[in-house]
Amino acid sequence: MRTHDIVIVGGGPAGMAAAVAAYDAGVTDVVILDREDGVGGILRQCIHNGFGLHKLGRELTGPEYADVYRKEVEKRGIKVYCETTVTAVSQERVVTARNREGILKIQAGAVVLAMGCRERSRGALNISGTRPAGVYSAGTAQKLINCEGYMVGKRVVILGSGDIGLIMARRMSFEGAKVEAVCEIMPYSGGLTRNIVQCLEDYDIPLYLSTTVAEIHGKKRVEGVTIAEVDENRRVKEETKRYIPCDTLLLSCGLIPENELTRSAGIPIDPITSGALVDENRQTATPGIFACGNVLQVHDLVDYVSDEAEIAGIGAADFVKNGAVTGDTVQTKAGNGVRYVLPQCVHTDKGNDVALFMRVTQPFPKVRFTVRSGDTVLATAQRLKAAPGEMEKIVVKQDKLALAKEPITVSLEVL
Amino acid sequence: MYDVLIVGAGVIGGMLARQLSRYDLSVCILEKENDVAMGATKANSGIVHGGYDPEPGTLKAKLNAEGVQKLYDVADEIHAPYRKNGSFVCAFGTPEEEATVRELYERGQINGIKGLELLTGEQARALEPALSEKVSLVLNVTNAGIVCPYEMAIAAIGNAMDNGVELKVGFAVRTVEKTENGFVAVAENGTRVAGKYLVNCAGAYSDRVAAMVGDSFFTIIPRAGEYMLLDKNEGSRVSHTIFQVPGIEGKGILVSPTVDGNLLTGPTALKVENPACTETTPEGLEAVGRLAAKSVPSVNFRQVITSFTGVRSSEKNGDFIIRPSEVAKGVLHVAAIDSPGLTCCVAIADYAIDQLRAMGLLLTEKADFNPVRENPHAFREMSDEEKDAYIKAHPAYGKIVCRCETVSEGEIRDAIRRNPPARDIDGVKRRTRSGMGRCQGGFCMPYVMRLLSEENGEPMEKITKNGEGSAQLTGKL
Repeated sequence: MRTHDIVIVGGGPAGMAAAVAAYDAGVTDVVILDREDGVGGILRQCIHNGFGLHKLGRELTGPEYADVYRKEVEKRGIKVYCETTVTAVSQERVVTARNREGILKIQAGAVVLAMGCRERSRGALNISGTRPAGVYSAGTAQKLINCEGYMVGKRVVILGSGDIGLIMARRMSFEGAKVEAVCEIMPYSGGLTRNIVQCLEDYDIPLYLSTTVAEIHGKKRVEGVTIAEVDENRRVKEETKRYIPCDTLLLSCGLIPENELTRSAGIPIDPITSGALVDENRQTATPGIFACGNVLQVHDLVDYVSDEAEIAGIGAADFVKNGAVTGDTVQTKAGNGVRYVLPQCVHTDKGNDVALFMRVTQPFPKVRFTVRSGDTVLATAQRLKAAPGEMEKIVVKQDKLALAKEPITVSLEVL
Repeated sequence: MYDVLIVGAGVIGGMLARQLSRYDLSVCILEKENDVAMGATKANSGIVHGGYDPEPGTLKAKLNAEGVQKLYDVADEIHAPYRKNGSFVCAFGTPEEEATVRELYERGQINGIKGLELLTGEQARALEPALSEKVSLVLNVTNAGIVCPYEMAIAAIGNAMDNGVELKVGFAVRTVEKTENGFVAVAENGTRVAGKYLVNCAGAYSDRVAAMVGDSFFTIIPRAGEYMLLDKNEGSRVSHTIFQVPGIEGKGILVSPTVDGNLLTGPTALKVENPACTETTPEGLEAVGRLAAKSVPSVNFRQVITSFTGVRSSEKNGDFIIRPSEVAKGVLHVAAIDSPGLTCCVAIADYAIDQLRAMGLLLTEKADFNPVRENPHAFREMSDEEKDAYIKAHPAYGKIVCRCETVSEGEIRDAIRRNPPARDIDGVKRRTRSGMGRCQGGFCMPYVMRLLSEENGEPMEKITKNGEGSAQLTGKL
């Protein structure tokens, strides 16, 4: 069996940033395995701009952002295997992959999982009605348009106001399609404010909140959808049902981390994030196996994916050089108003500041977050507003962290 | 002129074609859709029923009793996946339901079914821990099993075609003309195909085909059944197929693993206006969830990956109709094939062939009949070492197209090339499982379209989901 110090599963923004960080931390025998015919992951189809403002200080398109990292990978001579799909990862860090040359088995010193996420499908949403052509997840439509050069429809309804749905509303309009409506089942949008302004308001596309697609019509191709308002329990209000003729329904109803490999490796998953349980180095419960990017938690911005991947890359390099991190740990927990906290477990005795990432349960006006361990307050942070669509980050200083003997809870109060 | 025309490429028409392909005959299947297995065959429970249920003395009882083993035998030959997982028929504490379970046990004895036993709730839960605490008495049907119904039809028709049977898809029979020595089936588009004998296997449309030759002695009552299919994460929730005691509307809501490792729940039973009513409804899906939870409370419905509706081809007398036309000599009707039709498909085909023989069809066995269809899933069943060697000789098998179900480009190209060839995205899906997994084709669909386009020499814009009118793309940028 061949061996490599670090094997990175996935060559998207997370995988590339992790590889570069691991290399720069002194472990040069790093390989990236990617199932597509080139690196970049989903960024390859994100031809709109808005990437890189935080991380690189300039505004780039998706392919441009990916290219920055591709060049860094190349510069270091990090080997990338494309069209190579990983089919198994074992507890002992044996990675099995497949490409046109055969089955590849690699004994890795450390593994970084960076497989990204997938979109929630029509089936998972359980929308009733017929099953015609013309129902796409927004990302599939984006790929067909931006990478393959084909148009997917002329008259469009979009369900879900996640960022991809918003971007696709604008993209379809650019190409001459009429976007009839964007429906969002929640009373607020899950997308970034800037996307609502730039992709919907600028194009006079209506956004209907607390509204869903109740039924799909059309035998062979979509002929229309029935939309309806929902009550606070997300049940359709019959009297609000209304038919919109269209030939296309795009779905942008959430992203699901692609953790099938993780699960089959026997690595425990957080039921809220749907990603692995990790410590502050992004190491999973299996020593030597790390995770980062959208396979760990769905991020709002690729910039933050790169940040997280660097942590994982450095963690993997440290594991290869020094073995598993030992010492005192405490769990983290989501308190009032907080949906989850990541990492789910933190070493308290390493002399490092640790950033905690979290999402709130619903939109809030001005709030204060408090990070506590028992009665000890470790950190606080105020925000003018907080929304589930925007990930929050709170840094706990090393001196405070050393005081944490009980689980760390993050909660918020409205000011 | 063909010796035999078969109208309908479902599992019944398909299995009949396969059994007829043993003989020195020219056979042609006429199918209105773009692919085989497009009616009730593609959307049903996929259960091999033990045979305890049909009324003694009926054709259903006879063919079910002999059909189970016949099905397993043919499935082995044509490599259609199945599993003998056994089924439970459950009573939920009421004396009426428990009496029904005992009655089914007795009926099974009369029908000559082996391997039936009664279990207490506790005994049943020892075998099937996720079973509801309320289950009090169970009929354990050990010979029952599960199959993939559309793969059964695809495999049967593939094997029939390999043995010389022809398949015409997109051939919707509009009229049947009587000629001196047979019939001419005329399609909607005017195409004509002549045959000496005509077998009506048109499923939900079989009464309409019967009317074309002048028969009106039966009427199909289409009854829709809605299903929800769950992710493989839920696939081992139960190992047996769990039925509730049957009611007048069918065998009730079941919870069952599938041969592919998913969990299936459903069906409802609702009379519909016509067989094309295959939409799902909020009420139907709600009912499936609620009633499935009655048998197995722990089913996690957040893991649903798709829902669908199938339409049963029932008839008021409740039995299969397999008999010659009353008015048109040379026509055989194989109609009203609702549950346990899939279980009986081989027995039905053999019974129909006996009828054809009695009607004068000359049956001479062919020396070169090959009963075996090569296993289309041989690759996915290989060990890593075998796969490695195979990929080295066939590199397209090393490129994974469908990540959720691990389907390679090589397997997809095969499905487009071999009998019966996949012609659209859904056709590829049913043959290879590409697009059948948790992302439901989100990632692989553009790739599958490109392979269809390449293999068939058609532009991308012409690639359809399931035949004419279902193109996915509306043009180039």
